[in-house]
Amino acid sequence: MIGTIAAKELKALFASPLAWVTLGLLQAVLAWLFLARLDAFLAVQPRLAQLANPPGITELIVAPMFGTAALVLLMAAPMLSMRLFADERRNQTLTLLMSAPLTMRQIVLGKFLGLTAFLWIIVAACVLLALSLLAGGNLDYGLLAANCAGLALLCAAYAALGLFISSLTSHLVVAAIGTLAALLGSWLIGINVAERDAPLTLLSLARHFESFNKGVIDSADVVWFALFIATFLALAVRRLDRDRLFG
Amino acid sequence: MGDPGASEITVSAEALSRNFGPLAAVREVSFQLKRGEVLGFLGPNGAGKTTTMQMLTGNLAPSSGGVTICGVDLLEQPVQAKARIGYLPETPPLYRELSVDEYLQLAAKLHRIDRPRRAQAVAEAKRRCGLADVGPRLIGTLSKGYQQRVGIAQAIVHEPDVVILDEPTIGLDPNQMREIRQLIREIGGSRSVILSTHILPEVETVCDRVQIMHQGGMVYSDTIAALKRFHGGVTIEIGLRAPPAPERLAEITGVLAVERASETVFRIQRDPERDPTDALVEQAVAGRWGLYRLAPAQTSLEDVFVKLTRGEDEA
Repeated sequence: MIGTIAAKELKALFASPLAWVTLGLLQAVLAWLFLARLDAFLAVQPRLAQLANPPGITELIVAPMFGTAALVLLMAAPMLSMRLFADERRNQTLTLLMSAPLTMRQIVLGKFLGLTAFLWIIVAACVLLALSLLAGGNLDYGLLAANCAGLALLCAAYAALGLFISSLTSHLVVAAIGTLAALLGSWLIGINVAERDAPLTLLSLARHFESFNKGVIDSADVVWFALFIATFLALAVRRLDRDRLFG
Repeated sequence: MGDPGASEITVSAEALSRNFGPLAAVREVSFQLKRGEVLGFLGPNGAGKTTTMQMLTGNLAPSSGGVTICGVDLLEQPVQAKARIGYLPETPPLYRELSVDEYLQLAAKLHRIDRPRRAQAVAEAKRRCGLADVGPRLIGTLSKGYQQRVGIAQAIVHEPDVVILDEPTIGLDPNQMREIRQLIREIGGSRSVILSTHILPEVETVCDRVQIMHQGGMVYSDTIAALKRFHGGVTIEIGLRAPPAPERLAEITGVLAVERASETVFRIQRDPERDPTDALVEQAVAGRWGLYRLAPAQTSLEDVFVKLTRGEDEA
């Protein structure tokens, strides 16, 4: 049942131009960034060769590209997540799901997985860009895997927060801007805090992605992302149940 | 309700109430519905029909009271109960970007129709709703009438025991209305149907039973047959070009009461046992009253409706 809803979400995305435009534009932006990094790398390569233990192409090209992709996806995710519930509310189509023999949890999980799967297509595109470097060099697969895992978790976190905010309103734009503001806020608190271990940074998406970006898969970060996702999904379930209870 | 156990009870609502803040949208509504019955919900706008239907389908939790669908408690086992309900809300929940086939496939999947039976279930729903030709078309490009039919197809694709339709014929042209009514009668043959409407003749032609709601409460509930027996036969409308004093009419045997509807038209309440029609005609001819119209009053349900829903407002 969860799969049915996830498949329906993906289908709805691909039935609209939004998904294709997003995929196309993001791919263009990521390819541009990737090529710019590659250029910069080629320019400094002769000097790097003189170092005793020089950083490789994965560190100099792939990791920064994933770092930027994280920010680009932060901008894109709200545009995709806004539809999830706000659009169904506006068109009054949520009744189809609410009248079907489904639990609220299944509906929320299905929608979450549908959007996350879409975002993971973009992550996969990033990985393909990185793999294209194999044509002229060797990759640090560990670092690539860590980045890939980090970005995948980050996307799921974006989707969970976006889904929750979309469940609060029936206005698409409010849902999109609300999500963007929340995501940006959560990103910025990690960057602008002077003390690295200030309690506020615990809430920062950027801080928890950072270690993945450096190649460290810290189980604490994985758990943090899992909790972040679970929290917002649970809040969305509660919010939709409230609709039923209080009208 | 006749003798119990004669046929299976599919819907049972007990003292359903729903408040929105201080406003009581539905107050203590109770009723039962048997398999093979079509129940019509009538009432002015804002009477609580839609709210009641939302509670019956699990879209809205009642403030108090309970709903049982085929013996399954809707509040305690919502998933099992919902599997037996097909619901068409006021606005059909259509995904405009999907084709009719894709949409009905999705509806069937959501109602747990397994893959081998799915294609057949969708084909059957399309056939019954007259959608066979528009399968590949996008729902957004269909006319309002077809969209309404897709909405109904969605509600019956999983062959539910209870079909709940909120104003199913709204926005349709007269031909489509007839088709949809035909379809509702057909569904009502083997299942239970609840429908709400403003259109009184629709209730009279389609439903077995009628319930009139007003200001959140159930103010009238009876079978259409009883309604027709009771009201249809007892009121006579008579048109006289040169009418006598109403007292003269009241003197005729079998006439219980006379009400002057207009200058020349009288409404006569007759004794169900003694038919005054013959005497009326004889007197009219003898007295040269200029008889030009004599008919049983038709608008029985409308009378009840107006009496129940307007009378209280004035009181």
